[in-house]
Amino acid sequence: MQSPTKQAGPNHVDYKEVLAPTPFLEHLDCYCLTQDWASWNGYKVARVYDTLASEYFAIRSTCGVMDLTPMEKYRVSGPDALLFLNRLVTRDISGLQPNRVTYVVWCNDEGKVLDDGTIFNLDGGHYRLCSQHHQLDWLLISSLGFDVTIEEETHSIAALAIQGPTSYSVLSAAGIKDLDQLKPFGILNISVNGIEYMVSRTGFTGDLGYEIWVDPCHASELWDMIFSLRERGLFDIRPTGLGALEMVRIEAGFILPGEDFNTAETAIRADHDRSPYELGLGWLVNFEKCYFTGKRALVAEVGRPIRRKLVRMCIEGNKVPTDAFLYDRQGGSRIGTIKSCVWSPILKTNVAMADVIYTKGNPPKKIWAEIYYQKELEWRATWAQCHISDKPFWAHRRSSLTPPEKF
Amino acid sequence: MKAYDAIVIGAGHNGLTHAAFLSKAGLRVLVLEKNNYIGGATASLELHKDWRYSNCSYVCSLFRPEIYQALDLGRHGLEVVPLQGSVTFKQDGDYFGSYHQSNLRRREIARHSKRDADASIRFDTDLMKWCRLIRGFLLRTPPDPASFKIRDAMEFAYLLKSFHKLSESQIYEFIRFFTMSIAEYLEQYFENDTVLAHYSGGSIIGTGLGVYSPGTAYVLLHHAMGDVDGNVGSWGFARGGMGSVSASLASSLRAVGGEIRTDAEVVKVSVNRGRATGVILASGEELSARAVISNLDAKRTFLGLLDPNDLPEDVVTRAKHFKIRGSSGKVNIALDGMPEFPALPEGSPLTLGHMHFTDTLERLERAYDDWKDDRWSQDPYVDMVIPTQYDPSMSPPGKHMMSVFVQYCPVEADGGWTDSKRGAFGAAVINQIADYSPNFKDLVLHAEIRTPRELEDEVGLTEGNIFQGELTLDQLMFNRPFPGYAQYRAPIKNMYMCSSSNHPGGGVMGAPGANSAREVLLDFGKSTTIPEDFGDD
Repeated sequence: MQSPTKQAGPNHVDYKEVLAPTPFLEHLDCYCLTQDWASWNGYKVARVYDTLASEYFAIRSTCGVMDLTPMEKYRVSGPDALLFLNRLVTRDISGLQPNRVTYVVWCNDEGKVLDDGTIFNLDGGHYRLCSQHHQLDWLLISSLGFDVTIEEETHSIAALAIQGPTSYSVLSAAGIKDLDQLKPFGILNISVNGIEYMVSRTGFTGDLGYEIWVDPCHASELWDMIFSLRERGLFDIRPTGLGALEMVRIEAGFILPGEDFNTAETAIRADHDRSPYELGLGWLVNFEKCYFTGKRALVAEVGRPIRRKLVRMCIEGNKVPTDAFLYDRQGGSRIGTIKSCVWSPILKTNVAMADVIYTKGNPPKKIWAEIYYQKELEWRATWAQCHISDKPFWAHRRSSLTPPEKF
Repeated sequence: MKAYDAIVIGAGHNGLTHAAFLSKAGLRVLVLEKNNYIGGATASLELHKDWRYSNCSYVCSLFRPEIYQALDLGRHGLEVVPLQGSVTFKQDGDYFGSYHQSNLRRREIARHSKRDADASIRFDTDLMKWCRLIRGFLLRTPPDPASFKIRDAMEFAYLLKSFHKLSESQIYEFIRFFTMSIAEYLEQYFENDTVLAHYSGGSIIGTGLGVYSPGTAYVLLHHAMGDVDGNVGSWGFARGGMGSVSASLASSLRAVGGEIRTDAEVVKVSVNRGRATGVILASGEELSARAVISNLDAKRTFLGLLDPNDLPEDVVTRAKHFKIRGSSGKVNIALDGMPEFPALPEGSPLTLGHMHFTDTLERLERAYDDWKDDRWSQDPYVDMVIPTQYDPSMSPPGKHMMSVFVQYCPVEADGGWTDSKRGAFGAAVINQIADYSPNFKDLVLHAEIRTPRELEDEVGLTEGNIFQGELTLDQLMFNRPFPGYAQYRAPIKNMYMCSSSNHPGGGVMGAPGANSAREVLLDFGKSTTIPEDFGDD
């Protein structure tokens, strides 16, 4: 045995810094009046900066800005990059054009969903995969036999989400040109004041919005570019936290892996994982394309009646059905649970994602939620009928309008 | 002469647990202990003034919370405080810390390998699948798969049903898991040498196997399936040392009328016409009881306490071949202060957990090679803890107590153990620690060095095997200790076994003691006092 050297090793993890800072932290901290911090993939992000309502309405009526850096990001390059990604995901992405983005899910061999995310065709044979959860292990396992390079780049790219009806005006005023022709899921590479930005017309809010990507060393310039407009009293720009995002993403009908369902990698109990069909994502599965991981299991699954499904539901009344059990009638048999829900301030109704048992491939005829709620520390229970919605609760015309409305 | 319903031989934690449940059911119970202290391998003795060691077992995780609750051990003085994290020091001056904070833990794995940080999610999930499965069997008597009794059939059905909950591929994986080496198992997940070495430590502790030996993957599970307050895989310190486990059990036992006699070594179980009738002590004193329960390991029970002529031939043969290889040593150290570990940043919380100095699988295997040659490992694997960072009751203020578990240490150091060889073994351990802690040697005030020889002679563990029998598939579940005898009944009427030689095996678990008490009460026609498994779901 060699004698160990006596000095401390390099690059310690700072044990006092339980939540890692993003390149924007200093700026976030100035605005975070509540100091209500939360962990997103181990990074320090605000749950609420000021009030939940003001942040929610910033996204829906003006402009909300959110630090997107903690989102998992992987760079996929090499001659087989597209082949590999097309083998990974259930959707056919062979036609994904340069500077375009697409939404995807990917499964394990049993056809159970590991995660969802977006693939950016960055041009020049480079792709970016964004995901909810850590995927490097799976990407490397699945890349066996493909000539690709996969690098985790979460911390190497700083990003802000600029979302809401005035977001187009905000970015235009900030000096980003040529935005008027950028369609949803499009990418624009642009230089402002000598700094290279990538702007994508993407988001998790169901509203008009953009995501801006930059080298972390220019994070402050990006922040100032946006927030100097706020200082000038323009467009009502507000930083928004995870709380408001949760509200708008449920309204927009976007599922959240790890919250609305167990990802296959973390499912311990059998039957606690979900297929794309069981998540209402059957439209993302393409059997016509080349073989993809999980295809065999999914082909077998479509031949059988669906047993359960994650559905969008409206719930009558005004009591929020947090964690509620679902029944076929008041006091009847249990047929599911609410996974996530929110009182929608813009729709004035409760909306939810719910895991519901199907019988012979059909949804329940009636769904009732047993709701527990509190008044002055006293718990009460009530029943409310629920209605499955095939469409997102919130999908405004402005979100896809090109060019977008100007303010 | 006072008549007892039951006499338990050996006041280790399983004997005390067993006795407490029998007493609770109204039986008159006596526990006999050869030493002048109770606890066996769960003892905390003061060998250096004002310092108390956890002389053998030193951390607690497997002890069944159902037993803790049923015997009211909290009110009888037991407190188990979770310990935080672990660290492996590297030879190059760096270290790998497994922080108790999940965000830090992830960043630290990523510092060594980004891929391993993500793979650890898959690893944790898979290990938890097997933990969940195995935990359901801990407080149950194993079925006899060859029996046609209704109870066995029902128990076997329960076992099959548990497997039925697994998917097809999970069943394949589970079977592979039981037969794999830890190195092969971990290499399915991790790539970094230090990460591999760090995670594999728990799979060789107490076993006469190396990291490349088939069967070691299960030993990892055996060390991961416990919990502290529902946190599966966590370990804790018993306040006051592991002696607090036996002290609280003894207090609980006495509260329901049970008796304990120390300095009372049993040399024989009296057998009359195929029935156990009592015991004979070393002093010559004879005691009679309606039932005799041995908390000694299978070898001592069947080859020591009983006459081979009273036993079926196959039991004698199986006892002779029972795998109970000693492979571990223990060094307990009284320290004049807190040792420094310059590799760690100042104030690092990593000293609060398990500390290790073996950073590659190869070094672990080399340590095993030494043991096979009847030598103690020159570069041993140690599991080192400093409980006095949490527990002010074991050393004076500002001073510390260190518990160093050492793998490997042979039963017979080449040519037999001598005191000077024992000293050399202790020095090898102390030198290894001193390589990473420059002020360590100056702080040592006293050290208790225990090789398998001391563990056998003082504690009564055959060959010093800490599990009272290897944890290999051929000696687990309905094969423990031997096929056909896994339901705690000896082949002699009124004689039972309650030690860790029986299902579910070694560790401070209490489950063999509780499960066997259930069988005794069944035979006595008493309603059970043994709690049901809380269940994970």
